[in-house]
Amino acid sequence: MNQPIASFVPLTATLMDKHQESPGIFTLHLALNTSTPFNFSFGQFNMLYLFGVGEVAISIMGWQNNLLLHTIRAVGRVTQPLVKLKPGDQLGLRGPFGCGWPLEHIKGKDIVFITAGLGCAPVVAAINHSVENRQHYGRIVILQGVKHHNDLLWQTQYDHWQNTGNCQVLLAASEEYKHRYQWRLGMVTELLDFAEFDAKHCAVLMCGPEIMMLAALKQLAKHQVTDDAVYLSLERNFQCGQASCGHCQLGPFFVCKDGPVFHYPTVKPWFGLSGI
Amino acid sequence: MTKHFFARQHLNQLFNVLMDSGYQVVGPTVKDGAIVFTELARVEQLPWGWQEVAKPGHYHLTPSRKNLCFAWNTGPQALKPWLFKPEQPLWQAEQTEQGLCFRQAPAKVTPIAVVGLRGCDLAALKLQDQHFIHGPYPDPYYQAQREQLFIIAVNCAQSAETCFCVSTGDGPAATHSFDLLLDELEDGYLIGVGSEQGQAVFQQLTLGQQATIDQLDIAQQQLADASQQQRHMPDEHSLLKLTENLEHPQWQDVADRCLACGNCTLVCPTCFCSKQESTSDIKLQQAEQVRLWDSCFSEQHGYIAGKLFRPEIRHRYRQWLLHKLANWQQQYGRSGCVGCGRCISWCPVGIDLVAEAQTLLEGSPHESAHR
Repeated sequence: MNQPIASFVPLTATLMDKHQESPGIFTLHLALNTSTPFNFSFGQFNMLYLFGVGEVAISIMGWQNNLLLHTIRAVGRVTQPLVKLKPGDQLGLRGPFGCGWPLEHIKGKDIVFITAGLGCAPVVAAINHSVENRQHYGRIVILQGVKHHNDLLWQTQYDHWQNTGNCQVLLAASEEYKHRYQWRLGMVTELLDFAEFDAKHCAVLMCGPEIMMLAALKQLAKHQVTDDAVYLSLERNFQCGQASCGHCQLGPFFVCKDGPVFHYPTVKPWFGLSGI
Repeated sequence: MTKHFFARQHLNQLFNVLMDSGYQVVGPTVKDGAIVFTELARVEQLPWGWQEVAKPGHYHLTPSRKNLCFAWNTGPQALKPWLFKPEQPLWQAEQTEQGLCFRQAPAKVTPIAVVGLRGCDLAALKLQDQHFIHGPYPDPYYQAQREQLFIIAVNCAQSAETCFCVSTGDGPAATHSFDLLLDELEDGYLIGVGSEQGQAVFQQLTLGQQATIDQLDIAQQQLADASQQQRHMPDEHSLLKLTENLEHPQWQDVADRCLACGNCTLVCPTCFCSKQESTSDIKLQQAEQVRLWDSCFSEQHGYIAGKLFRPEIRHRYRQWLLHKLANWQQQYGRSGCVGCGRCISWCPVGIDLVAEAQTLLEGSPHESAHR
């Protein structure tokens, strides 16, 4: 776990660039007003603060040209005005918080990335890292599910991973009726039937709606993947990021500190239960 | 522990020494029909001649024939609001010519000497210390005030109907974390020292004499009387089994009675949940982030992006009880319940945490397997 550069009081960040990825989804490129290097693990999150409005927990999508990337769906009280900021505007940032993906620990194994919807955002940087360090990993399989094919963010990235990254990329659209090149109709979890990996020597990294991850766990079991190989990223109400405010508790875990990336066997007794 | 005795009329000397040492004295007084901890200037403000009647869903004060000031057990609050403040500014943001600036809100700390804390209150303090100081991110506000805290604990001479500290191992005697310890006798006080700071204050008291064997016996007998309690929380090992029965029908049964008002979490001396609120001035120049007490009984507690993780009251009651009694053990090495009974008396519908835990365990598959 990387120590936060700003844990208690936000740091000033300046919006340098903003990209609209799809209707309602934007990527903010942020410059941090500090000389301290921003060390983070892929899968960690930051608390972004919009002046006078409030804070919101957003996973770190990437780091590019000394800028921090956050991809945000404008859906709530903070995120809706947040994506309306213009280049040059400033916001606050605390973080990075939590535990990220175990990319060192899983070296030498096949990796299966399973994501759905905006669940790809906390995983993209981990995929890029594994592709850039291709020799350290076995086969890399990337499964992403969306509702409609044009909901897919970063099509060029997926093409790049497939064509030059030596990865198997499988895409599924669940609410589409017409066949398209590259796409399968149905749920992302069904793509596992076509994925080529060694179930006995793999790591599965998942992020997306919990119902998707539950379905994926069933499919993985059918393919003889053990729980021990599975890591998943969870989302809860994060207000402090410091395992203090109590909102993100899941059984005995503070998801903001013990997660958001969990080794599945750790969190299994509490995962997928309603009202927990 | 060596104990000394001083007569009742000399209690004010203790107050004077504390104030001369620079402490603001905080202690119990009668306010709005309850024992409330507040800043005290004189010993006359203590709740002389009052005792408590606490039952499920019920609390009132009643006059006593004896002129004692610690003949009660637990008011709605004791120490928690003095360290973990109900409202705590965290930081301010300002739009300046240099851009957006942030600064941490200053900790407003005064040395306080708190009189009248019980064994349960001290156990709760230890748990709050673990959460707020010994975690990965020490809370600067809690920590600063904690370091300026002087504690004068009192051994309980009686128990309320709602007390169950004997079964949690936290009372009725105060055994740790205090600077000075009192036993209240009919004509005066036994005083013992628990720390170097306590010794420094004690040495300035001129009116004490070594306690007699009779006085020590009376204090022991009072503690023995206070140990006669009606409620018994199941032991911690059994409480862990609560997590094995997440679909017990009792969760719905208690939810049908629970109003989800959150009173239990507010009076609980170990509950630590908080929420953050953001405000700004009308010119949008200055903004502030404030931390407020929160309760897991609110729908919003588990809210995220349009989704409620614990939409029903049974989910929220289950969260509270499982966290307090079982999951707390994994987080902090012991149950989060110290047996004070506040959640029982301040519940408007009289839900009894001990009875609920017992009922839930009766249905536990592990338990019945042994029968």
